[in-house]
Amino acid sequence: MSTEVLDTAPAPETGKRLSREQVILLVGLPLAVAAIFAVWFIWWRTADLDDIEARALTGEAIRAMLWEHIKLTLVGTAIVVATAIPMGIALTRPGLRRLSPLVVGFANMGQSAPVIGLLVLFAMWLGFGFWVAVLGLCLYAFLPVLRNTIVGLQQVDPTLIEAARGMGMSPLAVLTKVELPLAVPVIMSGVRTALVLLVGTASLATFINAGGLGGLITTGINLFRFPILVSGALLIALLALLIDWAGRVLEAFTRPKGV
Amino acid sequence: MSTTSTSATTASGSQERHGAELVFDSVSKRYAAKGRPAVDSLSLNIPAGETVMFVGPSGCGKTTSLKMINRLIEPTSGTITIDGEDIRSKDVDTLRRSIGYVIQGGSLFPHMSVRDNIAMVPRLLKWDKSRIDARVEELLEMVSLEPGRYADRYPRELSGGQQQRVGVARGLAADPPVVLMDEPFGAVDPITRQRLQDELLSIQRELGKTIVCVTHDIDEAIKLGDRILILQEGAQIAQYDTPENILAAPANEFVEDFVGAGSSLKALSLSRVDEVELQETTTARVGEDARAALARARSAGDRGVVILDDRHRPIAWPSLRELQYMDRIPATRDDRLPVVDRRATLNDALDEMLAASQDGIIVTGQRDDYRGIVRFEQVTAYVQEANRNAERAAMSRLSTQEQQRVDAEQPSGATVDADRERVEPDATAEDLR
Repeated sequence: MSTEVLDTAPAPETGKRLSREQVILLVGLPLAVAAIFAVWFIWWRTADLDDIEARALTGEAIRAMLWEHIKLTLVGTAIVVATAIPMGIALTRPGLRRLSPLVVGFANMGQSAPVIGLLVLFAMWLGFGFWVAVLGLCLYAFLPVLRNTIVGLQQVDPTLIEAARGMGMSPLAVLTKVELPLAVPVIMSGVRTALVLLVGTASLATFINAGGLGGLITTGINLFRFPILVSGALLIALLALLIDWAGRVLEAFTRPKGV
Repeated sequence: MSTTSTSATTASGSQERHGAELVFDSVSKRYAAKGRPAVDSLSLNIPAGETVMFVGPSGCGKTTSLKMINRLIEPTSGTITIDGEDIRSKDVDTLRRSIGYVIQGGSLFPHMSVRDNIAMVPRLLKWDKSRIDARVEELLEMVSLEPGRYADRYPRELSGGQQQRVGVARGLAADPPVVLMDEPFGAVDPITRQRLQDELLSIQRELGKTIVCVTHDIDEAIKLGDRILILQEGAQIAQYDTPENILAAPANEFVEDFVGAGSSLKALSLSRVDEVELQETTTARVGEDARAALARARSAGDRGVVILDDRHRPIAWPSLRELQYMDRIPATRDDRLPVVDRRATLNDALDEMLAASQDGIIVTGQRDDYRGIVRFEQVTAYVQEANRNAERAAMSRLSTQEQQRVDAEQPSGATVDADRERVEPDATAEDLR
């Protein structure tokens, strides 16, 4: 039967995986961030700063805070990914499925509690510092990854799972070869959400002495120095955009072909 | 399709395995402790190498019965054996890898290429790479998909019918003796469905697997099945017999209702195209002198010329008028060319003729090669002939049934024995009147 009448196939796609919108976003965003950063950088090199401002905005100080901020974000994300995804997988397995509303409810509480409150409470209980801040941030960002993992796995067509089982794949093989690859897009969008949440809330880490670019904002407010405040806010915003961009890149390239 | 299939078989060093015998021994499935069982004590013997169609109204337990064979559903009681071996004696995954499974719409894994989808079970069985590659090519050829063009596509880049073909290829990948099909062609349009059915028939003719296929479409069952199992609620066997016998002598009112009216037209689904005498017509090769072909056709009294490509496959069927204006026979493929496989039913042939508004249809053989044509008049003549035969058969059956009634009561016997018809004399005799 070489002739197809009604049953015509869609044309094969020539390796196109991204829509035009996505391409614009993926290329345009870093360019915009670079442009704004360049403007700030020129201002920073040429501005007439007073003593206090100059001391708060030394290159060294900014680099240190930026690095702390990135570290808070990435370490937090790594921990969230390493805990929430396995938990999401566990909660979609037949034995534990009934526990999932309970755990999601708990994670919901973690997200709805104000981070600043969480951070301060943890600091009072566990002391100040980097790891305590990371703990607070993780609780905050846990939910989107957990929820997306569960939703991503649940939306996999059950007939595909049955087909895989019926062909003789073990439950583990079904998970790793069918369920997870098909859930990756949803899970990765949860991870991106977590990244963006973390990069924003890491600004609050400075309140419990865990560093980050939030320090510029608090200094700016405390000392009534607008250039410091604005620099801090601007750098956080740019970093957030960049992290969001990185998340999108990750999403685009982890998405399995053919999906 | 091409001839490479046979060479691929030798390359992969495998001789296709034939079917295995499948036996249900009072198999029951109960979902709740109380209430009616979904399958109630089903006993059934499916001979090796036959296609058995499970049909019945929805909720009759046909899918449950099918899924118990590969243990996607575990029976509550009773045993199922494949070639005498209890299916519970093996590890469940090992068992499933030895049973083909084809599902509605193909159920292909969207994130895997056609090649990876088909290679799934061979990989689970740890075949080496070259053997898997050869097998994938062979199977794609078998289901009429050019390997070079389709092997690396993703399912969403295929049409519904093509996806379903890949689904069939995937089910056959590891050369299982038993293949289970769950409404395999339910999700495609009627014309595609008919072609897929024809292909399955010709594949099955080559392979001789034991196929168990669930469908709700009685016409599909008549066309594909060596035997049909008609189930009532609780997977009670209403009748288990060949399509011919079921059409000619429905066991009871339920079967009769299910098979439906118009059995002389249904009989068209029982008759294959190759049962009527194929007619010759003028053919011409691509690139040949058109005028010579025209002259040949005129002297033979034909109204058209069937154009064949270099592999002897029909690609177009222009009328003599169209041919007049050509110098050479062109290689253009007519997408609406009315073609059927010689194993297609007369019903399908008639369908195609009506769809193409032609009073004839081209018949092709195993590798899509040209065999001849069938004309509309032949089909109508065949129907009239079949009608006369059916009437005569009904008359003679009536008289034998009268005879049986006079005879002593016969033990109704186990329904397992398919060769012996279980005719309920009262119902049939009454309904035939």
